[in-house]
Amino acid sequence: MQKEAAIREPLILGHKSYHDITEDVCRPIEDKAPKMWYVLFGIALVIGLYGIGCILYLLGTGVGVWGLNKTIGWAWDITNFVWWVGIGHAGTLISAVLLLFRQKWRMAINRSAEAMTIFAVFMAGLFPLIHMGRLWVGYWVMPIPNQFGSLWVNFNSPLLWDVFAISTYLSVSVVFWYIGLIPDFATIRDRARKPISKKMYSILAFGWSGRAKHWNRFELVSLVLAGLATPLVFSVHSIVSFDFATSVIPGWHTTIFPPYFVAGAVFSGFAMVQTLLLIMRKAMNLEAYIHTKHVEYMNIVIMVTGSIVGTAYITELFISWYSGVEYEAYAFINRATGPYWWAYAAMMTCNVVSPQLMWFRKLRRSLLFTFFISIVVNIGMWFERYVIIVTSLHRDYLPSSWSMHYPSPIDIGVYIGTIGLFFVFFLLFARFFPVLALNEIKSILKGSGQSYKESPDYYKNH
Amino acid sequence: MSDKVIYVMYDDDGVLKDGAKKLVSKGVKIADTFSPFPIHGIDPIIGVKNTRLGIMAFLFGLTGLTLATIGMRFFMIEDWPMNIGGKPSFSYLENILSFVPISFEFTVMCAAHGMAITYLLKNKTLPGMPAQNPDPRTTDDKFVMEIRTAENSIEEKELDKLIKDTGFIEIDKKTI
Repeated sequence: MQKEAAIREPLILGHKSYHDITEDVCRPIEDKAPKMWYVLFGIALVIGLYGIGCILYLLGTGVGVWGLNKTIGWAWDITNFVWWVGIGHAGTLISAVLLLFRQKWRMAINRSAEAMTIFAVFMAGLFPLIHMGRLWVGYWVMPIPNQFGSLWVNFNSPLLWDVFAISTYLSVSVVFWYIGLIPDFATIRDRARKPISKKMYSILAFGWSGRAKHWNRFELVSLVLAGLATPLVFSVHSIVSFDFATSVIPGWHTTIFPPYFVAGAVFSGFAMVQTLLLIMRKAMNLEAYIHTKHVEYMNIVIMVTGSIVGTAYITELFISWYSGVEYEAYAFINRATGPYWWAYAAMMTCNVVSPQLMWFRKLRRSLLFTFFISIVVNIGMWFERYVIIVTSLHRDYLPSSWSMHYPSPIDIGVYIGTIGLFFVFFLLFARFFPVLALNEIKSILKGSGQSYKESPDYYKNH
Repeated sequence: MSDKVIYVMYDDDGVLKDGAKKLVSKGVKIADTFSPFPIHGIDPIIGVKNTRLGIMAFLFGLTGLTLATIGMRFFMIEDWPMNIGGKPSFSYLENILSFVPISFEFTVMCAAHGMAITYLLKNKTLPGMPAQNPDPRTTDDKFVMEIRTAENSIEEKELDKLIKDTGFIEIDKKTI
């Protein structure tokens, strides 16, 4: 048992026992779902189904139904792809990087953040797949000879690196998440009374025992997976940025892209975690486990990564002038003052100015303000990708090819639909899965709980 | 005398650990413990050796790296050397930089999945397996110590006396 300095704020509020933790986490799963859950689920499902409808229409008609044109061949789809992948970076960062740094506050948020990651990467993966036009030959991205002749996929292409990066990231995240879930499923299995749920959770729990040897292996596997997932997190968004950085389009062709994209991804991911958790803790009565201190820690991460992103924007702007390349300089002047100035302004305000407000302790500990900023950051990060992608393309080298991008209703429908589908998945997760890593939380109760903080001898007498 | 398994239940991880220390110092062999979360420091007391799954992860990773290298060398250099933008693929070494990302990703993929599968197989935890814990409360807030009389040379009565001093809350004996 690691003891923590008493002056640090407790991570678990209230005088909880081990059993209380089990109760608090399992009750929302065992009780009937509140009416609000059905309402939210219904709304998300309708939006998600509308999105699926749009996708089917797209597949049946062709990519022409998007607002793309000859100059702007990449717009909403890839913006949404990068946006969702970015959001999908917080979960594994929280569970892997913070595990390596022994940050105990991660235990309250890692489970739901990882779930968010997985669902966000699902949504991200959808976009390149539907962009292929012929979804059913999507498996051609695998290293099989083209047309089953002898021409292989191109291993020099960042788009293929993306295939490997995203599929590795998704599958490793799922494994990491599930390995952690097994002991918690066992807890639910051992409490379940209804035969169907008992059966379901015993299948999911894989017969977990809680033996000393199994815990020994569990801890090592978690540690090694964290060690593997940490460079993975950084590599995935670096590779996503290579999609742009290895091209020769002014505005894309920059070496700053990988670190800048990774920081942006963590930034947007944490914002989405805040948006989801601030609602979830209230709805599921988990205020004792996810409280102001956790929110403050996440806000500090948002502030730091937001500052990195801001620095990157300004560096990019400066270098475009300093490089002396006219095309590069024009790309940036056009971004800031051209027809898409409003998108650039939105990106700058949401991503550079708003996280700086987190320097004020009062603001970063205010839940309402945090919720507001998290939405602002989500919007800002969407605009960042839109600005990078569309403004770099719409003014071609040939002025006769200059054009604008206007999203079609299908563009918007597919995007909104993925948000709906994401919430369908997340609501199902919140309903049937333990949303806190309850067994991990128990292991920090004696060192970081309020009872210990108030009287270090508390657990000696109990 | 038939062989017995004694399950001693505690309601605190600290009490179980102190009890285990006491019993082991008296020469009692503790077969296993069951707990809702890892009890840090119990492994050396009851003689659980550190897992070697880390080595497995390394070996799986190495396999992945090798496969990626062999594969990409065959696809891109030997079988069909693509000429991309006038930069033909002559040898693996000359083009190694563009093979780094996939080599890395594939290494991680093999290491992670290989280790996870080995972990599940070694634990005998697979979908639909029956629960292995002796009491359902051990996944909630109770801690159980398993002692097998067959592994101990101490008389059962003597054992009972020793266990009594450890502050347990329940005891359960099963004949096997």
